[in-house]
Amino acid sequence: MQATTHALPHGAVAHEAHHEELGFWRKYVFSTDHKIIGIQYGITALIFLFFGFCLMMMMRWSIAYPNTPVPVVGPLLEKVLGADKGVISGEVYNQFGAMHGTIMVFLGIVPLAFAAFGNFVVPLQIGAPDMAFPRINMASYQAFVVGGIIMLVSFFIPGGAAQAGWTSYSPLASAVATQGQTFWIIGMVFLITSSLLGAVNFLATIIQLRAPGMTWMRLPFFVWSQFVTGFLLLLAFPPLEAAAIMQLMDKVAHTSFFLPSGLQISSLGHISGGGSPLLWQHLFWFLGHPEVYVLILPAMGIVCEIIANNTRKPIWGYKSLVYSALTIGFLSFIVWAHHMYMTGMGTKISTFFQTTTMIISIPSVIILTCLFLSLWGASIRFNAPMLFALAFLPMFGIGGLTGLPLGFNYSDLHLHDTYYVIAHFHYVVAPGTIFGLFAGIYYWYPKMTGRHMSEFWGKVHFWTSLIFMNLIFQPMFAQGMAGMLRRMADGGANYSAAQVPGAIGGLSPMIMHFNQTISIAAWCLGLAQIPFIINFFWSIKHGKPIASDNPWEATTLEWQTPTPPPHGNFEKAPEVHRGPYEYSVPGAARDFTPQNEA
Amino acid sequence: MDIPYTSEPRQDTGLFNAKVGIWLFLASEVMLFGALFSSYILLRVGAEPGEWPHGLLNIPLGMTNTIVLIVSSITVVMAWASLKMKNFARFKLFQSITLLCALAFLGIKSYEYHDKFTHYEVWLKDGKIADGHLVENNADTIVLHHAHYVDKEAAAKVTHAWQEREIKEEEITIKKSDIRLREGGKLDMESYGPWHNTYTAIYFTLTGLHALHVIGGAIVIFFLWGPLSGMWKTDPERYTNRIEISGLFWHFVDLVWIFLFPVLYLL
Ligand code: HEM
Ligand SMILES: [Cu+2]
Repeated sequence: MQATTHALPHGAVAHEAHHEELGFWRKYVFSTDHKIIGIQYGITALIFLFFGFCLMMMMRWSIAYPNTPVPVVGPLLEKVLGADKGVISGEVYNQFGAMHGTIMVFLGIVPLAFAAFGNFVVPLQIGAPDMAFPRINMASYQAFVVGGIIMLVSFFIPGGAAQAGWTSYSPLASAVATQGQTFWIIGMVFLITSSLLGAVNFLATIIQLRAPGMTWMRLPFFVWSQFVTGFLLLLAFPPLEAAAIMQLMDKVAHTSFFLPSGLQISSLGHISGGGSPLLWQHLFWFLGHPEVYVLILPAMGIVCEIIANNTRKPIWGYKSLVYSALTIGFLSFIVWAHHMYMTGMGTKISTFFQTTTMIISIPSVIILTCLFLSLWGASIRFNAPMLFALAFLPMFGIGGLTGLPLGFNYSDLHLHDTYYVIAHFHYVVAPGTIFGLFAGIYYWYPKMTGRHMSEFWGKVHFWTSLIFMNLIFQPMFAQGMAGMLRRMADGGANYSAAQVPGAIGGLSPMIMHFNQTISIAAWCLGLAQIPFIINFFWSIKHGKPIASDNPWEATTLEWQTPTPPPHGNFEKAPEVHRGPYEYSVPGAARDFTPQNEA
Repeated sequence: MDIPYTSEPRQDTGLFNAKVGIWLFLASEVMLFGALFSSYILLRVGAEPGEWPHGLLNIPLGMTNTIVLIVSSITVVMAWASLKMKNFARFKLFQSITLLCALAFLGIKSYEYHDKFTHYEVWLKDGKIADGHLVENNADTIVLHHAHYVDKEAAAKVTHAWQEREIKEEEITIKKSDIRLREGGKLDMESYGPWHNTYTAIYFTLTGLHALHVIGGAIVIFFLWGPLSGMWKTDPERYTNRIEISGLFWHFVDLVWIFLFPVLYLL
């Protein structure tokens, strides 16, 4: 027996055993330990998620009750952003919209899903003492923080933050007369650098530092998902960086990369023209589409771990999962222009991208199917992480399936740029990815702290979040199909003929009324996060202590360490003898057999 | 537990960690420059006839820089090989040649940049366009050297740099009152900086980014060569690996230039 499952947590002992004690700054701020960096990433990203969420709650006020002062925070808006009487103007709405998207994607989900969970879990799961390049790891986190600060600061410069959406389409992005876009670009360059350093580090770690016996097909699926994600970040971000450099040149050196001939906008002044707005869109979406898989793959990986653990069964179709993830990774580089059907790029090109888009849905469906089938015949443990993981499946399913009509050229003509799109991708990232991430937090929290989060409040958090998420996003499908466009500060009140009786093409009162119900649900969703926030901090000191180093009775290596894992992780270099999900093996003494058990 | 494979290779991959890291990093660099090269193609294909300048750059200077970089690539390999043969003095020598090459490259490049910033196109009120190097900017006249009047129709027929053209160059003095005015009252004249057209835009962006890579690479090579070379005494194997890694990066920077030169100067 080689297993190192411990009867009692003995992190304290392990800490004393570690010779050179580091000072506070080296240990918690300028740390090179992957676990600390993971936690730094996690907490910073959660703060950004919360901030992006607050922006959205204010936007929802403007949509539901346009041109009325925002309650509670109105005076603050007036002071800080100069919002007249605390009313959200079109400009302020545009800033909030652009920054909600940017912050959620680049400062929230990616750092949390990839960097935080990846940092904490991947080296442990592959049996490594740390990441391959600990100092680059630290630099990556620091670049992320600098990028985030630049984004935040941009709210306070004259004219405020970027206003051209998270997609920053040129010429719009260049034509807005303020410097918000310049800050956005520079911030993005830091964030891209951070992601690149992270991606190199993760890939090198997975390739080089797998413990003896940890062959590729013994890797937990979470590691595979991070591996593919790493490649997506590595290869898709640089084209956006190139695009960002060119947009910066347009902004500060007055080039015309994205400005066509004959364009006359006074804020641009004299330009040479000759550039191509389509070029920006191609480069942006060359990143943009792989990016959506960056947002979803790590969540799939987390969900897979938790499902295996709580069904007490091997995952159904491990190999299919792995090959599907790899296929997704490859195909995601050749579907990008399905975001551009409306640009007039030509029917032949549209047909190509429509075809690849339909093909890429197949591996996604395979992954979902494998995870669903894994539930078959299991006696499931319905704890908080498992509830979130289970809810991920139908929520991601809804998000994915509603994407098909957007992938078809014809139906996209109607749906493009409406709230249908908003509903579609939020089903993927909000009740999809975010639920996956919540599941991961509840699941690995005991390994980080030695204590459980409260199950009861976890369940309260889960059920309320599930209900409000659906109350928010389900009606948006209807709004979008009725023709309500996105990015409108008044939710379509002015633009549509809604208020004119008998007008054709207007939005019906019911569709307009959804604006209010959605907003109320969004604020309730905000309230529903309070139990989580309190639970998260309270449990650090007062949560139920874990009964052993492996409280969930899991097979993967991260649970075969002391709690919390000391510097260097394992007491004895682990050796791997079996696959990742050997649950309920017939004839075994227990219903789980850790990977390092001979 | 210490991190394994920091200097000795892992058996199944045959590589040490940093080597995996640098290759991955270079893959991302390929995508970065690949995107810019693709943009170059798109902008060039989309340019109006006559708008894409040909033969604007000084080919002998570009050629010199190409040779300089190739030489530096050779010396980088020789430096690494010297370390492998435990000859530290020779390593020092070769790597100092590499550094001199980097400086030479940057020197020539800045001269070329300067040349473009003083190279002007001037639109006159009678519809003529003068093109040349601004040498004097007086109160009411400007003087252009190596200048000529542009024939847009003839220029539109030129599609590649190697096509023969006959342009007589002379000194031209222009009265400022003859120069067309832009909206806002500024004289309608402009240097061949990045703002001039999409060609100069992509030229400055590509070569500028490349120059930043040269500077970055040279700084790393310099530090390993000078301040950090004590590591040769304490951990020679790892030091040699670092030289190899920085060399790989340097080769990449060189390779980018090998593509840049024909694309920007010759085609
Ligand atoms: C769970 C709570 C969330 C709610 C209620 C919410 C709500 C919204 C709404 C109403 C819009 C549309 C604004 C408009 O078109 O005017 C929007 C846009 C957007 N959201 Fe969210 N969001 C949430 C979470 C997220 C998350 C987790 C992400 C992360 C990926 C995200 C990414 C985006 C993006 C990229 C846009 C587009 C911004 C643009 O138009 O440029 N959202 N969100
Ligand atoms: Cu897409």
